Amino acid sequence: MPRWAAVALLCLLAAGLPGCGERRDEVVLSFWAMGREGEVVSELVPDFEREHPGIRVHVQQIPWSAAHEKLLTAHVGHATPDLAQLGNTWIAEFHALGALAPVPAGAEAFSPDATFPGIWDTNLIAGRAYGLPWYVDTRLLFYRRDLLARAGYAEMPGDWAAWRRALAAITASGAARYGILLPLNEWVVPAVLGLQAGSPLLREQDSRGDFSGAAFRQGFDFYLGLFRDELAPLAGSQEIANIYQEFARGTFAMIITGPWNLGEFRRRLPAELQDAWATAPLPGPAGPASGLSLAGGSSLVVFRESPRRAAAWQFIAYLLRPEVQRRFYRLTGDLPARRDAWAAPEFAADSTLRSFRIQLERVVSTPKIPEWEQIASRLQLRAEAAVRGALTADAALAALDADVDRILEKRRWLLARGLVPGGEEEAP
Amino acid sequence: MNGTLHRRQERAAWIFLGPALCLIAVFFLLPILAGLLLSVTDFDIYAIGAPQTARFVGLRNYQELLGGEEFWQALRNTLYFVLVGGPLAVAVSLGAALMLSAPRLRLRGLFRTIYFAPVVTTLVAVAIVWRYLYHPHYGLLNYWLGLVGLGPIDWLGDPRWAMPAIILLAVWKGFGYNMLIFVAGLQSIPEERYEAAAVDGASAWQRFHAITLPGLAPVFLFVAVTTMIGYFQLFAEPYVMTQGGPLGATRSLVLFMYEEGFRWWRLGTAAAIAVLLLLITLAATLIQLRLQGGRR
Repeated sequence: MPRWAAVALLCLLAAGLPGCGERRDEVVLSFWAMGREGEVVSELVPDFEREHPGIRVHVQQIPWSAAHEKLLTAHVGHATPDLAQLGNTWIAEFHALGALAPVPAGAEAFSPDATFPGIWDTNLIAGRAYGLPWYVDTRLLFYRRDLLARAGYAEMPGDWAAWRRALAAITASGAARYGILLPLNEWVVPAVLGLQAGSPLLREQDSRGDFSGAAFRQGFDFYLGLFRDELAPLAGSQEIANIYQEFARGTFAMIITGPWNLGEFRRRLPAELQDAWATAPLPGPAGPASGLSLAGGSSLVVFRESPRRAAAWQFIAYLLRPEVQRRFYRLTGDLPARRDAWAAPEFAADSTLRSFRIQLERVVSTPKIPEWEQIASRLQLRAEAAVRGALTADAALAALDADVDRILEKRRWLLARGLVPGGEEEAP
Repeated sequence: MNGTLHRRQERAAWIFLGPALCLIAVFFLLPILAGLLLSVTDFDIYAIGAPQTARFVGLRNYQELLGGEEFWQALRNTLYFVLVGGPLAVAVSLGAALMLSAPRLRLRGLFRTIYFAPVVTTLVAVAIVWRYLYHPHYGLLNYWLGLVGLGPIDWLGDPRWAMPAIILLAVWKGFGYNMLIFVAGLQSIPEERYEAAAVDGASAWQRFHAITLPGLAPVFLFVAVTTMIGYFQLFAEPYVMTQGGPLGATRSLVLFMYEEGFRWWRLGTAAAIAVLLLLITLAATLIQLRLQGGRR
C-alpha cells in the first residue's frame, strides 16, 4: 500500500473513533453499559443528542462477566466513566468504595413512588439515593398449567401449604417426575423463603447473621421439606443440562426464575406447549401478600470523580422517560422501572407479564452491604450441605451464622467507630 | 596485581548482572515483600475506598485460614491434584516420548505435532469441548463407559469424580510440553550404549531400566520439579470447568486465593494464602530435590 493511502486510512479511522476530532465546547459523556443493554442502548442516544446539541454520549459495552472487576479497577485507577449501568445489588459495595455520586435533589427523574417501593429501596444507602432504577427484574414461578391441571389444580395456589400440596399432587399423580426444580447451586430460593417468613437475614444493623432465628428457620424447614419429600430433585443447575428440554419433557412442573427466561421459553419450548406454560407470583407463608421476591435489575449511577455529573444526570433523566423506557423494553425485553411505563397496552395484554407486575409490588432487597454476595455464597454452601444431608438443619444454620459473623467482623468494627452508615432506619 | 584483577572482574560481573538483578528486585522481590506485608493486614473492600480503615492484624489471617476448613480443603484438593496428576502427567509424557523415539515409527513429525497441539490451544476453547465429553447424558466418555457396561458418571457434578475429571483434562492438555523435553533427553543418550547392551543380550525392559532411565535422570528431575511447581498453581482448569464446585471438590489453593482476593476483595487473606502456597511449594521442591538428587 502506498504511504499516502495508509495515512488516509489512518485519518479515516481516527475520524470514525468516538471522541476524536470532537469540538472543544462539546461535553462527551462516557457511559458503561453491560451485556445486551450495552449492545442496544446506543440506539437511544441520537434522540438525546438532538435535544442536547452540546452533549455527546459515548457508550462503552462491557460484558457482564468482566463488569465488576473493570468497574473496581477503574475506580482504583481513577478512570471511572461519567455514568454506568450498575446491578442494583452492587450499589452498596460501590458506595462503600466512595465511588458513587448521590442523586442530586433537583435531578431526580421521577419521584420515588413512580417506581416499585422495593426497587427504589435498593438504591438507598442510609436514606440517600445513589442510583436511579433503569430496568427491573425479579423471580417468580414459571409453571406448566397442563401438569398442574392434571394434578387437579385449576390455578396456582397462593400460600405455602396449598403450594406444597399441589407439588405433592403433581408428583404423586405422575403428571411430572418432580414438582419443582430448585437448583442447589443457587442461594436465591432459601433466601427468598426466609424473607417471606419475615426474617431480616441479618440483625444489629446488618452486622450479624440472623439465620438461626425462628423466622428464617421456618422458611428453611419448608425448603428442606421439598427435597426430603422428593418434590424437588437433588441437583444443581449444571446437572440439569437443559432446563427448557426437561421442563418440556415434564421432569418438573415448576421453576423459579426471572424475566430473562420469558423470551427463552417462547423460543425454546415446542409449539404445542406454548399455551401450557404460565407465570405466577410466588406463594407466601400467609397467602399471596406475603409472597415476597427479590428486587433485582439495574440502576443508572453517576461517578463521584466525573466532572460532567450534571450532563450525566440529564442523560439519565432522558433514559427514564416513559416513552424511552418502552422503547428500551422493545429493544431488550427488559422490564421498565417506571410504573407508568407499564400502562402501555403491550404490558396489559401479556398474561406472563401481568404476574411480574404483581410480583414487582412485592419485592424486597437483600441486605445492602458490600459483604452480601459473600454471605449469599455461604448461604448456598450451607443450604446445599443441609439438603444433601451432610449437616442437620440446626448445624447448618449455626455454622452459617458463625461464617457470617466472621465475615462481618470488619463491619462491626467500622460501625463502632461510625465509619460506615448504619441501618436503613436512620434516614435523614 | 592478582587482587585488583579479581576486583575488576567482580565489578564487571556486577555490571553485567545489574540489569537482571534490578528486574528481579522490582518484579519479584518487591511484590513478595508487599505480599508479605499485605498478609498481616485486613486490607479489604472498605480499605480500597478508605485506606485508613486497613488494620494491622498480625497473624490473624493465618490463624483463620489454618483454623478454618476451607484452606485445608483447598490444600487437600491441590495435593490430590499434585500427587495423582503430577506423576501421571510425567508418566504419560515419558510414554509418549518413548513412543515418538521408537526407531521404526513413521510420521514422527505428525504425531509430535498432534501430541503438542493441546499445549498451545486456548484452555477456554478446550474446556468447551471437554464439557461435552464429560456431559452426563450426551457425553462421549459416558457413551464409551456404557459400551463396556459401566454406569454413567456425573463427571463434573459428582464431588468424587470432579477432581479426576480435572486431572484427566490437565494431563491431556499439558503432557506434550514435557514430552518434547523427554524427546530431547532421549536423543542425548548415546546410541552405542543400547547397541552394547543389545550385544550383551539385555531385554527391552533391562535396557529401559539400566540405560534410558539413568540417562534421563537430570531431565527427569527438571521435569518432575517444574511439573510439580506448575501443578501446585492449579487454577485455570477448575476456574473454567467447575468454578471450584461441586461442594468445593475442585477448589484449588490458587482458585481459593483468587476468590478471596478478587471476588470478595479480602486482599489480606488472599496474600496470606499466597505466602502459605509459596512455603508449601518451596518445601515440596526441597524434598523432591533431596530425594531425587540423593538417588543420583
